[in-house]
Amino acid sequence: MSPEFALMPEQASSVSAEYDALLFTEIGISVFFGVGICLAIMFLAWRYRAGSEVDRSDPPEGDMRLELLWSGIPLVIALGLFVWSAKLFITMRTAPKNAMELHVIGKQWMWKIQHPGGKREINELHVPVGKDIKLVMSSEDVIHDFFIPAFRVKMDVLPGRYSMLWFKPIREGTYRFFCAEYCGTSHSKMIGRVVVQSPADYASWLSGGGNNEPPEVAGKALFESFRCGTCHREGLTGRGPVLDGLFGKQVRLAGGGMVVADENYLRESILDPGGKIVEGYQKLMPTYRGQIGEEGLMQLIAYLKSIAPDGKQPEEKR
Amino acid sequence: MSTDSHSHGDDHIHPPPSNFLTKYVFSIDHKVIALQFFFAGFAMFIVGGLFALLLRWQLAFPFQEIPLGLGKFFYPNASGNLMPPETYPTLVTLHATVMIFFVIIPLLTGTFGNYLIPLKIGARDMAFPTLNMLSYWVMPPALLMILSSYFVQGGGPGAGWTSYPPLSALPQASTSSGTGQTLWCLAVFLVGCSSIMGGVNYLTTIINLRAPGMTLVRMPLSVWALFITSVLQVLATPVLAAATILLLFDKNLGTSFFLPTGVAVGGQAITQAGGGNPLLFQHLFWFYSHPAVYILILPAMGLVSDIMPTFVRKPIFGYKAMAYSMSAIAGLGFIVWGHHMFQAGINPYMATTFMVSTMVIATPSSVKVFNWLGTLWGGSITFATPMLNCLAFVSMFIIGGLSGVFLAATTIDIFLHDTYYVVAHIHYVVFGGSVFGIFAGVYYWFPKVTGRKMSEFWGKVHFWMSFVAFNGVFFPMHIVGIGGMMRRIADPTVYQHLAPLQDWNVYMTMFAVVLGLSQFIFIANVAISAFRGEPCGKNPWEATTLEWTTTSPPPYYNYEKIPVVYNPPYEFSVPGMEKDYLMQTTPPEAV
Ligand code: HEC
Ligand code: HEM
Ligand SMILES: [Cu+2]
Ligand SMILES: [Cu+2]
Repeated sequence: MSPEFALMPEQASSVSAEYDALLFTEIGISVFFGVGICLAIMFLAWRYRAGSEVDRSDPPEGDMRLELLWSGIPLVIALGLFVWSAKLFITMRTAPKNAMELHVIGKQWMWKIQHPGGKREINELHVPVGKDIKLVMSSEDVIHDFFIPAFRVKMDVLPGRYSMLWFKPIREGTYRFFCAEYCGTSHSKMIGRVVVQSPADYASWLSGGGNNEPPEVAGKALFESFRCGTCHREGLTGRGPVLDGLFGKQVRLAGGGMVVADENYLRESILDPGGKIVEGYQKLMPTYRGQIGEEGLMQLIAYLKSIAPDGKQPEEKR
Repeated sequence: MSTDSHSHGDDHIHPPPSNFLTKYVFSIDHKVIALQFFFAGFAMFIVGGLFALLLRWQLAFPFQEIPLGLGKFFYPNASGNLMPPETYPTLVTLHATVMIFFVIIPLLTGTFGNYLIPLKIGARDMAFPTLNMLSYWVMPPALLMILSSYFVQGGGPGAGWTSYPPLSALPQASTSSGTGQTLWCLAVFLVGCSSIMGGVNYLTTIINLRAPGMTLVRMPLSVWALFITSVLQVLATPVLAAATILLLFDKNLGTSFFLPTGVAVGGQAITQAGGGNPLLFQHLFWFYSHPAVYILILPAMGLVSDIMPTFVRKPIFGYKAMAYSMSAIAGLGFIVWGHHMFQAGINPYMATTFMVSTMVIATPSSVKVFNWLGTLWGGSITFATPMLNCLAFVSMFIIGGLSGVFLAATTIDIFLHDTYYVVAHIHYVVFGGSVFGIFAGVYYWFPKVTGRKMSEFWGKVHFWMSFVAFNGVFFPMHIVGIGGMMRRIADPTVYQHLAPLQDWNVYMTMFAVVLGLSQFIFIANVAISAFRGEPCGKNPWEATTLEWTTTSPPPYYNYEKIPVVYNPPYEFSVPGMEKDYLMQTTPPEAV
């Protein structure tokens, strides 16, 4: 075993340290019980081997108090772990409100990333240190999984659905990220690196060459070229609901029920408009399935978000 | 209770079949069917083991030639005897599929369930002998399909034993998702049918055909275990059948149950796709497959609980607690499936709910462990081969159970999911648990089946080699898992951070070779002892349950006279008796 081997990768995000504390607590408890019980087995087996001289009078056949004791202790420990783990888990799965939002699209076998300003990169992720970063991820084809060991984050990236992941890098440096869900022949090559920079370096990296237009601007252009506005506008001629301010609101559906207009809802409204009809409207909207690609969708949704200035982050999805 | 089950009166004995075909091939005798499952299961154990060794070879020496020119044999279509990259996922998929669906389930429920249930409850056969025969005969086609899938155009199934769509449903995304995957779906569907037929039969048999006096609380724990397992089989397997059929439709008939709108492969839109949900498949799959992991372990727990008292010469500790905890495991087993989907994008509050139920299931599991410990306490223990395997079972199950608790903590699972840590966990429970349980059972009941004992010496050699090599292969997987080695990767050397771990991969592979080779000792022991073994009488281990009252091997009709049961199953070292055990059939007058 070469010297550079460390049991866990370095702690490079705001949750890494607490994650490791929980992990090592659990390792401690398990080693204690695992070793303890295995030793007890060996001890009992040796002590009561056939022919040994020990007191065997009145061997126990069952004992209610013991049964309660050894169901109670593991239960209490398990529930203690549950509370700690659940708290950290909810933190790790609830992105802070003002996190900087990046888009990630996985496809066989690469990661495409787009920054809020529109800058794109492939298999590399530049982020400023000390900022809350939220990744909004989806896949073009099969299921992938975005895994940054040093940040202790991992999340499946699914087709037809947005999943989120957030982290706050605390140290500048380069870290690896991987695809952790088997996704076809070259799965093990679906690798990239995260470059954590000082905010100034990040800003100068952003401004360096090849800048694209921001996604919401591209989205606005798409909105116009697909003529969404012929229906989605104010007044009598508008046959669809007004989309300004929609993102993050509760939407009342025809036939009862409410949904929160989050990314997944917008996506579904564009690709499967017949699925959920807004109360008071007709099933008129054509589907844009096959016409808008994964990136186009991201951009359209970014546009719809940008015209909902006070739209809060949607509640967690069902 | 069962005193009314007199339908098979004492005077009603069927004559054994005289013709070869009905005696050995299309037999309706539960003992012959059990042996058919045994031979099929064991043959597949060798096949699955070979897949595993090929995997291990690749992980230790990526894309290097296998010694002795064996590459030519295993990778016939490849150039230069090297494994083609597309074959690796196929090996992973087939290894797991074969081991779970074609080895452990058939060996535990097909072999031990069939052989032991009627004998242990004092019945002449299963309730539905023909259904029993059918449950075996759907296996050979399934077996042929899964084996031939390795050779078809495009390669065998390669989306993992979990076969998540869209990967498994779209040949565009992976060549192995063509004919190979179709065969996988059909084969798993057929195995599921076999499992359902078996489960229905075992349930009916245990409920209706118990001998007079065999009340529920006099049933050996193995029968309890098989009863509870059958409930799981009957309730959960139909969901697996549904999932595989829907996947088959998506793959071949253009439906879109699991394919969401907007899927495109390589920029090409998949027009068929729309409205489906890939998570639906995961829910269906795990709704079956979590209970299925208990199908894999409960019968082994039952076997071990039966065997230990015999070698400890003491009743099992906490008989009722054992039966209740198995029922609790099975019941809770239906509400924990979401723990396989913590990272799949399900709502964090839902994940937390699944975490509670999963943590709670650790309680009945630990109750079982402590009761086995209590059984040892105050006993007089002989370390015969079956007993050694039982002790291995208990200690390996502890390690596997503890690592399960890590994974059950949603937060911990974020890092460990999809790494070798999970691989270590499943092998501690399934190999360390179920397989050692199966070994214990084979060594223990072999004398009953053949009338001869297996060699103790070679049994112990086999045990110690397997035990040491097993831990050598799988314990380091916890460490490389925490060190960040992901599962289902064909070549760990492409990952920089895994470079320090590569030596471990080589050691694990060496132990794996030892583990594989030591199984030949077992096979030879079984084969030679069947003919040359020391003949034994009815009850070589001086055990107490019903099967030891009939001849070894038992006659076609099991019992000439249906036995009458007077005693609980594990009456050893009863004070004031001249022998140290009391058969279940010994009437109170005779004591
Ligand atoms: C033919 C008219 C028409 C066109 C063109 C059209 N829509 Fe719609 N859209 C509707 C109607 C009608 C509804 C309300 C009924 C429903 O939910 O399907 C709707 C609903 C929606 C909703 C859900 C609104 C809510 O309040 O919940 C979104 C989002 C949406 N459309 C986006 C778009 C986008 C983006 C485009 C362009 C790519 C587009 N629509 C083009 C008619 C149209
Ligand atoms: C104490 C009881 C147990 C607990 C708490 C537990 C928990 C878990 C968890 C949370 C996972 C998911 C890990 C992940 O994918 O990230 C898992 C996986 C698995 N467990 Fe267990 N487990 C227990 C016992 C068992 C037993 C008894 C078996 C089988 C006999 C078993 C077989 C498996 C298998 C096969 C997988 C892997 C599935 C896959 O391929 O992804 N487990 N276990
Ligand atoms: Cu991948
Ligand atoms: Cu599970």
